[in-house]
Amino acid sequence: MATVTLENLKKSFGRTEVIHGVNIDIADGEFIVIVGPSGCGKSTLLRMVAGLETVTSGKVFIGGHLVNEREPMDRDIAMVFQNYALYPHMSVFDNMAYGLKIAGRSKAEIAERVAAAAHVLQIEPFLDRKPRELSGGQRQRVAMGRAIVRKPAVFLFDEPLSNLDAKLRVQMRLEIKQLQRELGVTSLYVTHDQVEAMTLADRMIVMNEGRADQIGAPLEVYANPQTVFVAGFIGSPPTNFLPALSVSRGSTEELLGIRPEHLRIVGPDKCELRARVVNAEALGAETLVHTRIHSGEYVTVRQEGSRPVPEEGEEVGLGWAKENEMLFFTNGARRY
Amino acid sequence: MEKRVRFKGYLLPICLVMPQIVITAVFFFYPAGQAIWQSLFIPDPFGFSAQFVGLGNFEFLLSDPFYRASFITTAIFSILVTAVSMGVALFLAVLADRLIKGSGTYRTLLIWPYAVAPAVAGVLWLFMFNTRVGVVTWYLGVLGYDWNHVLNPGEAMGLVVLASSWGRISYNFLFFLAGLQAIPRSVIEAAAIDGAHFWTRFRTIVFPLLSPTTFFLLVVNVVYAFFETFGVVHTITAGGPQQATTILVYKVYSDGFVGQDLGSSAAQSVILLIIVSVLTVIQFRYIERRVHY
Repeated sequence: MATVTLENLKKSFGRTEVIHGVNIDIADGEFIVIVGPSGCGKSTLLRMVAGLETVTSGKVFIGGHLVNEREPMDRDIAMVFQNYALYPHMSVFDNMAYGLKIAGRSKAEIAERVAAAAHVLQIEPFLDRKPRELSGGQRQRVAMGRAIVRKPAVFLFDEPLSNLDAKLRVQMRLEIKQLQRELGVTSLYVTHDQVEAMTLADRMIVMNEGRADQIGAPLEVYANPQTVFVAGFIGSPPTNFLPALSVSRGSTEELLGIRPEHLRIVGPDKCELRARVVNAEALGAETLVHTRIHSGEYVTVRQEGSRPVPEEGEEVGLGWAKENEMLFFTNGARRY
Repeated sequence: MEKRVRFKGYLLPICLVMPQIVITAVFFFYPAGQAIWQSLFIPDPFGFSAQFVGLGNFEFLLSDPFYRASFITTAIFSILVTAVSMGVALFLAVLADRLIKGSGTYRTLLIWPYAVAPAVAGVLWLFMFNTRVGVVTWYLGVLGYDWNHVLNPGEAMGLVVLASSWGRISYNFLFFLAGLQAIPRSVIEAAAIDGAHFWTRFRTIVFPLLSPTTFFLLVVNVVYAFFETFGVVHTITAGGPQQATTILVYKVYSDGFVGQDLGSSAAQSVILLIIVSVLTVIQFRYIERRVHY
């Protein structure tokens, strides 16, 4: 159990700075998800915490200790890799026992701790097998087992579910969350999947091009995005952006963002904006209506499945409540 | 699944494999058949007649102390060549694998010796260790060591081992480096997080994962030491002193072409043929089946 603090953490590869200074205080037992598109520096950030990448400047504290110069093994962490990184020539038992053996634990203690972890993860039947004899989901569990068996202060997850199929991903997501709650171990979890981020995180760090655009609880980030990027990245279908001037707000090049679920289709005469329906996707519980406004932007409306589905090519009006408007400055920052 | 190309008719596939078959027939099957045939005879010194002796040549060889000594010499020689060339190559490959900058240059430089023919390599080393004018000999003399591989069997063996291993290091290095780079980085990182320091990681993770490469090189290097080092031995020691470096292949040559005992030489060739067949079987059994961890 430990707190983790990142203080103005920066990373450069050669002359290219890829992380431009990230600050966060992570409480003991907190589940932090680092989310962002590929290439935003989220994995690099995690690897700096792990000690697998050197820190260019700034400080990493784990449990109050500055660990910048410590080797990965001296940081009291465990990591689950995207490709699981199991030792292919060792049995599942040996994979899980490896760290304990190196730490010089007694055989009895190793057997006991591996058995306990295997029980929690329901991988007891596979302890004698080699990783190649396991399915993707089972390997994933072994990788988790290898992490929890050492009882580290911090768990690091580097896109652990992205190699699994969709169904298994949902199941493992729940299990990871439960496991983390039971064990109460501080966790950092990297993903590009915003659904994983929303469901797992106590707080999430939304990364954009090496910057932490926003740090906060998932719903808070969703409801109140601080930048254009966050507004566009979190939420599915994504936020619609219109030139602010087209609805007589703000100034040139400022953007107005409205989430699809905040838009309503209304009669063409009493609306904020007119649009032509391009396509309507009726998904049952909800309908996604894709429209195109006069200035050329596409705008998606998400409405209840019970409401009438507009015809393709139909001229409709779009309406929304003023409090749902999000206006962004030219530089991407939130104006209101 | 393996995809096989299907041909219509036989003409084209036969034409395609013919060159390989012809080369193998002319340069392997024919001489090998000749050797087996000749190993059953003792020809007269002038080559006009030959007397059938059955397995007599083999019986004589196996009871010949010189031949048995040559077996032991070959064993020592090939173990040393394999150990030295693989050990050094693995060490260099581990270093090159850790290198980020300039690894291309390093690799190219290390590959060069492979392009040097064994006989040329032998002459190069001979120059350096020449008992009268050799550079290394001179420096050793300065250090108070009197190097003379012409008289000292141990030094002679050392020199041929060195010269044979030298060119081989390049070859082994390439395979070891490729093997090391095929190990997923994350597995090494996982071990580092699990608490394993460099040497522990090497012993428990890297080396076991390299085992298919190591095994392949082991067989290939033994075959090399047995059969392809003739040039080195011939140029440096010519099998001496006192047959201290007469490996089996060299004995085939010296008994047959110098000693003119063609029957015995042929019998020795057949024995070598059997040894290399066994090695090939071992290699195919284990490598083709891919001994993956």
